[in-house]
Amino acid sequence: MTTTDTVSHVSAQPRDKAMGMPRHHMMIFIALFAAMLVAPFVLYPVFLMKVMCFALFAAAFNLLLGFGGLLSFGHAAYFGMASYVSAHAAKVWGLTPELAILSGTLVAMVLGAVIGSLAIRRQGIYFAMVTLAFAQMVYFFALQAPFTGGEDGIQAVPRGDLFGILSTRPDRTFYYVVLAITFGGVLAIYRIIHSPFGQVLKAIRENEPRSISLGYHVNRYKLAVFVISATFAGMAGATKALVFQLASLTDVYWTMSGEVVLMTLLGGMGTVFGPLLGAGIIVAMQNYFASFGAWVLIMQGIIFVLAVLLFREGIIGVLARWIKKPL
Amino acid sequence: MFELLGIPPQALFGQLLLGLINGSFYAMLSLGLAVIFGLLNIINFTHGAQYMMGAFVTWMLLTYFGINYWAALILVPLIVGATGIVIERLMISRLYHLDHLYGLLLTFGLALIIQGLFRNQYGVSGIPYAAPELLQGGHNLGFMYLPNSRLWVIVASLVVCLGTWFMIEKTKLGAYLRAATENPTLVGAFGINVPRMITLTYGFGVGLAALAGVLAAPIYSVNPNMGEQLIIVVFAVVVIGGMGSILGAIITGFGLGLVEGLTRVFYPEGSAVVIFVIMAIVLLVKPAGLFGRTA
Repeated sequence: MTTTDTVSHVSAQPRDKAMGMPRHHMMIFIALFAAMLVAPFVLYPVFLMKVMCFALFAAAFNLLLGFGGLLSFGHAAYFGMASYVSAHAAKVWGLTPELAILSGTLVAMVLGAVIGSLAIRRQGIYFAMVTLAFAQMVYFFALQAPFTGGEDGIQAVPRGDLFGILSTRPDRTFYYVVLAITFGGVLAIYRIIHSPFGQVLKAIRENEPRSISLGYHVNRYKLAVFVISATFAGMAGATKALVFQLASLTDVYWTMSGEVVLMTLLGGMGTVFGPLLGAGIIVAMQNYFASFGAWVLIMQGIIFVLAVLLFREGIIGVLARWIKKPL
Repeated sequence: MFELLGIPPQALFGQLLLGLINGSFYAMLSLGLAVIFGLLNIINFTHGAQYMMGAFVTWMLLTYFGINYWAALILVPLIVGATGIVIERLMISRLYHLDHLYGLLLTFGLALIIQGLFRNQYGVSGIPYAAPELLQGGHNLGFMYLPNSRLWVIVASLVVCLGTWFMIEKTKLGAYLRAATENPTLVGAFGINVPRMITLTYGFGVGLAALAGVLAAPIYSVNPNMGEQLIIVVFAVVVIGGMGSILGAIITGFGLGLVEGLTRVFYPEGSAVVIFVIMAIVLLVKPAGLFGRTA
């Protein structure tokens, strides 16, 4: 997106750094981790796990939009397909949870490579339309393929034993598995953003022709970030299937693609913590207003409109501007 | 009765007719998208919702005010087009200086709101709309039965598409429009009110979507969700055709409708995805689209 709307976050001074991370980022991560360690004793664990899955999903999406400058309107395809594969692997093949999640993630990676290599042939809004159309194709595949169970989805998915030893059936136990996956994923994405690869991505986002003239194979970078984003989106979806012990058409429908855009936009695209906050707000909203039916949809639409018209930087983006530090 | 490739002709021509009807809607909707994109540089995600509004307003006019189908053909595009003008003035016009993607996000949010409101009010089961007397019945062509209502949709949409093409390519107003698409600053310097033209163009594009909705009301049931899947297919149509040419959008729309119809005859399982597959092939072979110009 445009330069003025995203907060530059990679320019922290070296003296503020601890373990390759600006000190305030480190502190936020530690505080978040500590809070999430005790959270299941206060709040409902399944709700928290849902928030974490979507936080990882939004962080993966933000890597593509906020740092690669590519608006995919079809990220439900990777999220949903991974959740089907992970559910199928756990239920039919009887794989352990870590292997089920891994297989879902790998399928999302391959799917991302196929769709990504086609989609990067067009730019801007065409890119958005192409990814949306391919995601709809994946949706029809999920609707008709024999292994997905059509309208019913894959139900009663067993979580199994972690590494074949530790039963993850209790929500509290599985909670810490999900916490590890989410934090691992988010930190990996953080590392990618702040790597030389991430810097090149930023250069491409800011000025593509100049990056080309500097000798970068722009399309290779775009494809790489697309595949990485799809992979982490898949990891989130694969985990979510085991959390709810269910994979369904909702996960692969275009509304899911819209939701992840909304989470990222609301929290602040191009920020590190924005998508996490955005995911928390939207999931909480869906949870507490679930009984209002279509009003949830209307409220999401209103948030979209307000976010685009009034605060394009997102909540974290505005905060970062106030404290004059990248978040 | 003769058979073609082992398919009874009734089935073949029946599906081709359905394909042509779907193609009529693809053509009208992608035309509206192309007109709006040409001048505003945004992709109107609300297009599907505005098509749905067209069908609903048609039904409301008949149910609440007793206004018939033929009057609705004129009134509905004006009413829905007017709501489009309000949206453009209040919201979209604030985004022109930003990245085009914000226009997509805004109109996506608007689509969610509109669909949600109609879903709250009317549910998702769909409401039937009786075709006017003139469109009931049909002709037996010997090899197939042609219902009048379907023939009417194809003829009407052809007239609308060609009329739009004529207006944009052959009239003075169209010349201003094309000039403003190329270089709005220069056109403004010649004393033409470009912002007003942009507003009216958006209203016109929305009106086209609403007109498609009026045509859809008697043949499909009037349903809050009728636009949401259609618009994604239309996006694929637009990617395949490229938005550079008006005639290209019309030909691609009808052509893809026919291809979809044929697929339904020979390989029914593939009919839902055939347009997306064609999109993938076009992206591989001619990334700018069949009629597109590389920007």
